[in-house]
Amino acid sequence: MSGELAEIIALSLRVTGLALLISSLIGIPLGAIAGLKRFIGRRLLMALLYTGMGFPPVVIGLFVYLLLSRNGWLSFMPADVLPKLFTPSAMVLAQTIISLPLVAGFTAAAVLGVDPSLRLQVRALGASESQAAWAVLNEARMGVLVAVIAGFGSIISEVGAVMMVGGNIAGHTRLLTTAIVLETSKGNFDLALALGGVLLGLSFLANLAMLALQGKSLDE
Amino acid sequence: MTPLYRITGLTKEYNGRRVLDLPALEIQSGELLALVGPSGAGKSTLLRLLNFLELPSRGDISFKDSTYNSGKQPPLDVRRTITTVFQRPALLKRSVFDNIAYGLRLRRHHAIREAITDILGRVGLNDLAPHPARTLSGGEAQRVALARALCLQPEVLLLDEPTANLDPYNINLIEDIIQRHRAETNATVVLVTHNTFQARRLADRVGLMLNGSLVELTGRDEFFESPRDARTRAFIAGEMIY
Repeated sequence: MSGELAEIIALSLRVTGLALLISSLIGIPLGAIAGLKRFIGRRLLMALLYTGMGFPPVVIGLFVYLLLSRNGWLSFMPADVLPKLFTPSAMVLAQTIISLPLVAGFTAAAVLGVDPSLRLQVRALGASESQAAWAVLNEARMGVLVAVIAGFGSIISEVGAVMMVGGNIAGHTRLLTTAIVLETSKGNFDLALALGGVLLGLSFLANLAMLALQGKSLDE
Repeated sequence: MTPLYRITGLTKEYNGRRVLDLPALEIQSGELLALVGPSGAGKSTLLRLLNFLELPSRGDISFKDSTYNSGKQPPLDVRRTITTVFQRPALLKRSVFDNIAYGLRLRRHHAIREAITDILGRVGLNDLAPHPARTLSGGEAQRVALARALCLQPEVLLLDEPTANLDPYNINLIEDIIQRHRAETNATVVLVTHNTFQARRLADRVGLMLNGSLVELTGRDEFFESPRDARTRAFIAGEMIY
């Protein structure tokens, strides 16, 4: 089991890490724009983000399944462009969709929580619009970190969507969460509990690492 | 003498409501112009326009040799010759040093540490450089805000109620810093204040603003000794004016 376990852990970290990276690369700028810019449709975007934050992962799994299945909504597109169902790529896509609204929504909320006059005051010190926006985002860094942690938490522990689009195939798409479900259904509660402990430990270590990236912010 | 600012036909509206209407105003290089008036008179709006942080709805602002309006913003290097100290300083969640260094770093200043040591000495905060800015008192925070503006050596210093809500000690300190800075740099200063005594102490010229308009603008002594407008007389006397 130890070799298999290492493989499951590695795949879990790879899928979740990649999904979190993609959702952060899109979600942080999207949240910053939603929090900083005034534009037509801003309220609608915020409503969509906040709705997405509470979207059931299993529905997103169904959505991704219908997108990627052979006769699905995107069947008109060349097959090599899209991730294939029952592959890690499909799981990354599903997890990205799950975590993106959380990252963007919490980032927007963090940016909106910064003193509104700060942006004007740093511009008065000579910052350009983009430098002022960066200053505000930097002030909201603890909130942005919470956004990333929330995104991570939503997908490292997620099971419905990855089961649906990944299939829990041994050695191919089996993650810690899907392995726990499988072992529980087989009555191997000790193994399921051990896997749960590993999952909790990984989640704790990942969050510690992310907090370490924040440096002294927590102490200030 | 060519004025530093020449304002013509300037208006500013928010959501269709006109908050500023200045047919003409000139600000001379090196002077300290104080703008007094009740809240909502348009004083702070005018400062934001003079710093080019906002654009006018209509009208022109000529600054030095160029004219700017709703369709033409000044380039960043022009805007960086002007800075504002606000009534309520918004400091970054960093150290005092980093807060003061912010504007210098934007300008890629070559001797940041020396500049900050010098300015902290001037504002009497030498020991606070490494401290988190959020631990400062109101008076200290305002002195940091003043320090981060003055260390940029601005040609134009805009002060928006810089001593409001401060104790007499800090008010004296800040007024001294402003006067010393003027004497050393000949910077142009526009001071917005509710405090007529402060305007009297510091200004070369004083203007009364009311409902977005400039009621009267004259030399300091004339403004306080022989104001022409009844509303100016009432404001100086501390009466409610509309």
